[in-house]
Amino acid sequence: MDPSIALLTVFVLAIFTGYEVVSKVSSTLHTPLMSGANAIHGIILVGAVVVTGHADGAGEVTIGLIAVVLATLNLVGGFVVTDRMLEMFSGKRPPADTEVAAGKGTE
Amino acid sequence: MIPVWAQVTYLGAAACFVLALKGLSSPKTARAGNLLGAGAALVAMVVTFIVYELDNLALIVAAIAVGCLIGVPVARRVAMTAMPQLVALFNGVGGGAAGLVAYLEMSSAPTVFPLAAAVATVAVGSIAFSGSVVTFLKLQELMTTRPVTPPAGPALFAISLAVTVALGAALYADDGAGVWLGALLGAVGLIVGILFVLPVGGADVPIVISLLNAFTGLAVAASGYVIGNALLLIGGTLVGASGTILTRLMAQAMGRSVVSILFGAFKGGSTAGGGAASARPVRSAGPDDVAIMLAYARRVIVVPGYGLAVAQAQHTIRELVDLLEKRGVEVGYAIHPVAGRMPGHMNVLLAEANVPYEQLLEMDTANGQLRTADVALVVGANDVVNPAARTSPGSPIYGMPILDADHAGAIVFLKRSMRPGFAGIENELLFDPKTTLLFGDAKASLTALVTALKSL
Repeated sequence: MDPSIALLTVFVLAIFTGYEVVSKVSSTLHTPLMSGANAIHGIILVGAVVVTGHADGAGEVTIGLIAVVLATLNLVGGFVVTDRMLEMFSGKRPPADTEVAAGKGTE
Repeated sequence: MIPVWAQVTYLGAAACFVLALKGLSSPKTARAGNLLGAGAALVAMVVTFIVYELDNLALIVAAIAVGCLIGVPVARRVAMTAMPQLVALFNGVGGGAAGLVAYLEMSSAPTVFPLAAAVATVAVGSIAFSGSVVTFLKLQELMTTRPVTPPAGPALFAISLAVTVALGAALYADDGAGVWLGALLGAVGLIVGILFVLPVGGADVPIVISLLNAFTGLAVAASGYVIGNALLLIGGTLVGASGTILTRLMAQAMGRSVVSILFGAFKGGSTAGGGAASARPVRSAGPDDVAIMLAYARRVIVVPGYGLAVAQAQHTIRELVDLLEKRGVEVGYAIHPVAGRMPGHMNVLLAEANVPYEQLLEMDTANGQLRTADVALVVGANDVVNPAARTSPGSPIYGMPILDADHAGAIVFLKRSMRPGFAGIENELLFDPKTTLLFGDAKASLTALVTALKSL
């Protein structure tokens, strides 16, 4: 099979997988799910690193490095913020935390 | 060529992404799912550094360090109320990164399909970037949350979209050689993104974030196709597909169609609204009266809204509910699917205050209980209890499923002012004879209620 067609096949199958996996999620989890999915596409970092590693000339390298910074923000920030949200759902934190969090209000 | 073991590792990471999404769909497995995704991403990064013979290594590592140094503290410290705009921002930078990657690859794309994919990625990536920045500005209230419809907006949008397509075609015909054409394509893409999001009203912005999330996913998938990396392809496609269905689910929860959300402002059918305070008479009461109403009720249903979160009153409301329960009052929280600023946002905010999961009632259950409730205590919510959604077909929110607070024996609104809610429309329920208003900041009012209850 032509490599291009092989990738196209993977693409089509992945569409159905993505659709099936989230089709029955409750609205309670829409926010974390959106945030988690957001983190997953941060994997563009792999692409950013590869093109920067093969870039020629200062101009290309600069653009590549900007892409690396942006992609890292997406990937790392996305997973961290999702985890923070989900940590609250698990509800295993000590009650003392509540007071601290309350004191940090934005008033 | 990438060695086989590395390709297999990438495939494993892709499988982990599928499992991560699957895990995120259930409250029990969500956290593990997210961590699995993060682990897979880490492994994939390590493999990438090993197998591709990379130049500029020091610079790349430095760039990643910079990204982490900015991203981690921001993600750790952001207030839960500001979550939607942060997600928008992270999504935007991802789209921008995908666009830049495709831009660099454009001149070296060997064959027909990858070149087409690269051109499309530059366009979609820049749309996702600028669109997300606008949603961020709207949610952060750095610009108006109301729909902005520039004169000749639809025409401008159509023209810039056509220019994008034309530039893409020109680039394609040119074998991607014209670097300046690529840059121009990116620039026009940025304009398309801005015009795309400007007409969307405040309450609908989260749905657009979800849609842009799907766009970025597709851009990442396409750039994976360009550089021949199956992990990017699968990861991006998963997000593209799940983002699309999630967008539809969210729109359904608000009783709107995605098309009317995106283009409704031009027909006057969106959540445009006025924003002016009304001068009609209402009945207001002090905290002592309200405390008595609550204390001698059999069943109280709390309807929390974004105002509760803004006032950081999640913890105070829990204190109030605990006090009521000690007095034998049956209490539950009625959670509208789009309470807060994003679907599911209120659940996150209440979970932050350690409210037990069992007290959170989903809309159908809540509406059943509201029928028999003595008091519906509406804290900082407005649009989600507006009966206009049921009764007046002309209203912008007509058709949106709402919490039937008007079915309760009495309704108490804790409100800061008579200003309308996020959707900018007046709420008839405020003028209902069964309704009592307690004016003030949600946290101050709740604290006053707690004090009043304690002294009863």
